[in-house]
Amino acid sequence: MLRLENFTKRYLTGDLAVNNVTLEIPTGQVVALIGPSGAGKSTLIRCINRLVEPTSGAAILDDINLTVLGSSALRKARRHMGMIFQEYALVERLSVMENVLSGRLGYVGFWRSWFRKFPQSDIDEAFRLMERVGIADMADKRADALSGGQRQRVGIARALIQNPKLLLVDEPTASLDPKTARQIMRLITELCAERGLAAIVNIHDVALAQMYVERVIGLRTGEVVFDGPPEDLTPEVLTDIYGEEDWEATIEEVEENGEEIAEAVA
Amino acid sequence: MAVFTSQAGSKIWQRRDRNAQLLVWAGWMAGIMVFMYCWQQISRATTWVFVMDAPRIADDILTRALPPRWSYMEQLWWPVWDTINIATIGTAISIIIAVPIAFLAASNTTPSKYFIRPVALFIIVGSRSINSIIWALLLVTIIGPGVLAGTIAIALRSIGFVAKLLYEAIEEIDRNQIEAITATGASRWQEIAYGIVPQIMPTFAGISVFRWDINIRESTVLGYVGAGGIGMQLQASMNVLAWPQVALILLVILVAVVISEWVSAKVRGAII
Repeated sequence: MLRLENFTKRYLTGDLAVNNVTLEIPTGQVVALIGPSGAGKSTLIRCINRLVEPTSGAAILDDINLTVLGSSALRKARRHMGMIFQEYALVERLSVMENVLSGRLGYVGFWRSWFRKFPQSDIDEAFRLMERVGIADMADKRADALSGGQRQRVGIARALIQNPKLLLVDEPTASLDPKTARQIMRLITELCAERGLAAIVNIHDVALAQMYVERVIGLRTGEVVFDGPPEDLTPEVLTDIYGEEDWEATIEEVEENGEEIAEAVA
Repeated sequence: MAVFTSQAGSKIWQRRDRNAQLLVWAGWMAGIMVFMYCWQQISRATTWVFVMDAPRIADDILTRALPPRWSYMEQLWWPVWDTINIATIGTAISIIIAVPIAFLAASNTTPSKYFIRPVALFIIVGSRSINSIIWALLLVTIIGPGVLAGTIAIALRSIGFVAKLLYEAIEEIDRNQIEAITATGASRWQEIAYGIVPQIMPTFAGISVFRWDINIRESTVLGYVGAGGIGMQLQASMNVLAWPQVALILLVILVAVVISEWVSAKVRGAII
């Protein structure tokens, strides 16, 4: 569904942030992108929807090469890619409803959006999504009045109302406490399963990633150095991605947590 | 910053090394010398007899000015109304012109960094560099005396002020919010409407009422050069040494300024 071919981003300073990445993500697959800070995770997903312009290579979403689109075609393509941010990136002074509806901006004209006259179908969908992500009854609150977890739920609803095929998720849990972080990761993966969405999730927390995703891609200095199921993340692999460290504790903790979750689900 | 090792071997830290410290002292020395010299010059150029006389004269004017001539008030209502209108309409016109200029001048929204932005910045500097009383002098000559000249003078002076503060606010917005709006497939105008406008709204409201507040004060003196408002009465009264009228006018200006400060504080408090 999404295919990256020799995808490369070189900044003007000469730094190679994404180096010749080739990978394919089928419909409905949730992929965690792990790697040390500065490995190019954020740049990689921003190059896919071209918030950052890639230097070379192709990103093909359902047979459309995103890298060659003109600005109006790019806007249309962006509607199919929902994005979720680390610091939520909500418009702080707008209400929850306005923030959720801003996910429809690619579908409505300027004046309709300026006067907040969104189609009733969009508003219905917004209410449905707020209910689903657990922020029902908060439509009229201002975004800056919410807690971190609630804000990220607004961010998720905003991404989903675009009716996307693909979610680009940038460190969704980095600003959240451990419990909320799990809830948010669970919510994202559940929603992807419900709607058959593919997702690329940048994440620092290896343990958390292992709990919720079916595939992990490890990035080091812009290159893919690991691509496989979470069970294959051995201490050797983690050392390869992040460098030397005692990894046993991290992985063991995950296994315990994993069982816990499995029990809870069962 | 200076770190060195003492003879005893312990590390010593001082804010400045010796040369830097001497330089600072020399700077203070030079500053004091310039101050003393200026003091002497001013002192030599002052006719001290008049200065010695000052308390008596001030006391004389004060006793003549008090009590204010309250009955003069009926002739002041109209000029006060004019003054408020000059300030308010002038501010409104300046805002309408300043907002687009601010977007053209802000480095993150300007359509062209190398042509349009310098032009917008030039308009801002041009407007700011000329005081409204000078604008008024020019305009009274060009379009004749009256309220219109005052209103345009206020507007011209305010464009630069409003546009400068607003474009700085635009440049300081949180990029992430715009990025999120862009990622939804929004158009350039929608990015401005959703990503930028909500972020600059409090600053914009603050700047506008602040400028209105300043303009109330500035428009009280515009009458001095014939541009309408209460300043005309002030000048007329001073010319005929009608001190009780001057006292009343100053009192009215004070009340107007206090009210405008109160209103702008309320508006700013409400919008943030």
